[in-house]
Amino acid sequence: MPTPETALWRAGAFAADDWRFPAAGEPVPADGKVALPKARFLAERAALAGRNGPIGVVLESGESLADIEDDVPRFGLIVLRFARYADGRNYSTARILRDRLGFRGELRASGDVLRDQVLFMLRAGFDALEIAHAGTVATLKEGRIVGVHRHYQPASNEIGESAAGLRGWQRTSRRLASN
Amino acid sequence: MYRYDEFDLGFVRERVAEFRDQVARRLSGEMTEDQFKPLRLMNGVYLQLHAYMLRVAIPYGVLSGRQMRKLAHIARKYDRDYGHFTTRQNLQFNWIKLADMPAILEELAEVEMHAIQTSGNCIRNVTADHFAGAAADETVDPRPYAEILRQWSSLHPEFSFLPRKFKLAVTGAAADRAAIQVHDIGLEAKRDAKGDIGFAVWVGGGQGRTPMIARKLRDFLPEADLLAYCEAILRVYNLEGRRDNKYKARIKILVHEKGTDEIADAIENEFASLKGKALDLPAAEIARIAAYFAPPALADLPARSAKLEAAKAADVALARFVDRNVSAHKRPGYGIVTVSLKPVGLPPGDATSAQMDAVAALAERFSADEIRVSHEQNLVLPHVRLDDLPELFAGLAAAGLATPNAGLVTDIIACPGLDYCSLANARSIPVAQRISERFADLGRQHDIGDLKIKISGCINACGHHHVGHIGILGVDRKGEEFYQITLGGSGDETCSIGEIVGPGFPADRIVDAVEQVVDAYLGLRRDPGETFLAAYRRVGLKPFQEALYADA
Ligand code: SF4
Repeated sequence: MPTPETALWRAGAFAADDWRFPAAGEPVPADGKVALPKARFLAERAALAGRNGPIGVVLESGESLADIEDDVPRFGLIVLRFARYADGRNYSTARILRDRLGFRGELRASGDVLRDQVLFMLRAGFDALEIAHAGTVATLKEGRIVGVHRHYQPASNEIGESAAGLRGWQRTSRRLASN
Repeated sequence: MYRYDEFDLGFVRERVAEFRDQVARRLSGEMTEDQFKPLRLMNGVYLQLHAYMLRVAIPYGVLSGRQMRKLAHIARKYDRDYGHFTTRQNLQFNWIKLADMPAILEELAEVEMHAIQTSGNCIRNVTADHFAGAAADETVDPRPYAEILRQWSSLHPEFSFLPRKFKLAVTGAAADRAAIQVHDIGLEAKRDAKGDIGFAVWVGGGQGRTPMIARKLRDFLPEADLLAYCEAILRVYNLEGRRDNKYKARIKILVHEKGTDEIADAIENEFASLKGKALDLPAAEIARIAAYFAPPALADLPARSAKLEAAKAADVALARFVDRNVSAHKRPGYGIVTVSLKPVGLPPGDATSAQMDAVAALAERFSADEIRVSHEQNLVLPHVRLDDLPELFAGLAAAGLATPNAGLVTDIIACPGLDYCSLANARSIPVAQRISERFADLGRQHDIGDLKIKISGCINACGHHHVGHIGILGVDRKGEEFYQITLGGSGDETCSIGEIVGPGFPADRIVDAVEQVVDAYLGLRRDPGETFLAAYRRVGLKPFQEALYADA
């Protein structure tokens, strides 16, 4: 989870992380925002039910939503880890979370998060990026992401995009501002 | 044909700027080749044996004269004065400098073209029947749907990092000229009893090392559901397709391993959550896009052209050309002309800049400014008056493009093979050249009749050998080039995968072996009307094995 080398970009700006990610064996704090790996969440699900404070879950690359679909409404944060950026499963998982399961909490991409995929991630429904790649952090800070903002298909960031033009499936998104 | 509006133009320009930025980072060393690779592939840039290669998208194979001239210009200015038309209706430039790529993409954008998604693990350029909008046997013009699918799949945020490449093909005629049953998704547009349009949806076909014929999941998917259903298929594949082994990563393996029923259920389940929402195709929008594909203004003509008949009687070469290279048009007095890119002894699918310019001029003059690229690596002039055929034939002959061999033994598909491709086991183009030299005699070719030979330089099967009536596959035997023969494959509506006839042949024996197969066919056919494929289906492998391995 966030280390001194990673930066958290959330809804358009860099921010400090207010979530805690207890290590294996470390007890879950009684309050505050806490996110757990899927296996640990499942093992402690009953005990966590009475806890004061938001709960999140972290899915490693390749972990699916199986067994936690019903818990989605109670999560304040879902982290999807990209082991390699070329593994695109998380894009579908993100869209299912947003469009089918109605997840409205923070949806965070972490791991191999690179500038060339940022726009795809935002369109798929991610609203937070945990970035280790220095070049990507710098590019986002300086608002230098060069990308395509005209889109040929509706996706999962419908509030952030407008349905431009005649075609029902056409969208435009805004350029990422610097901050 | 489809014309870009401001949105389309803006989209392509943004994509060029994005790729220019990526190339700059690669050239400055900010990105390693490994990091750059998936990005360049998404824009059609390959690193081949000798140089970078650029694959330009020709959506569903449709080109105007102006676009063809631009391709000729690029070949002349940035490459070695020729281009190579591929089995996916695209064009490859084989000798391009990476630093020139952005400038070339800008030139392409000027004529509403690009190289988006011609390679990489994404939804590839959509292909369609190369006779679309012209063929006499067409029920529904597939091009508006191919265009809609092209748009929907362009830089799709969910499906740009799939387990493997993904290919869609669309047809709308009784004869399947788009080989839909060997595509990841094959769509046949048709009409029901009420006249409404829908699609038969085939999923999980493919070639490569594990050839499979697609399964039909829907017989009549309503038109409005096209995108939602395709999105559902892609989503199931993106989540479930194998990523542990690139040779098992295509959707055909998923369908095979999970079973058709389980996959169909998963797709229907996804579809239920997508249907009736933003992806629904509004009828008004379909009509607006279909209007771009309205037929050109064609005259009312008699079905028979006295002028052509007289010219044919006087010129046997013209008669041969018309016999093989002209197909039935839906309008009387018109024909569809196949321009063969398979002259004897030259690489299949190659065209020089001068030839591209010549075809552009002839298309403007004789074919309502339309050109098609076929997946059989030929060009097509779809709307030619029969009266104009003698003059067109002369124009093609002057450009070296009048080879009267469409669908014949020398109309060979061959992949780039060892001459260009780093994955190859064996050469394919020289084998195709030698076969076409062996069968150069036109009388003999016309006597043999319909026969599709397809050659791949390795098991990736880019030369579609599995669906060749005679398929030839290059294999490596202890460092030596060997060729395996398959028989009885077909990519049309009677789709079948060819069967291996027996042990392979060395390079100096393969042409003899093909000739033995052809001679065996001539000896056993019931009459000249029984094609090679029909005869093979009647008699099976055995007589051919006997002919090939008699003295083994
Ligand atoms: S079939 Fe093999 S040799 Fe031929 S182009 Fe494809 S990968 Fe290369």
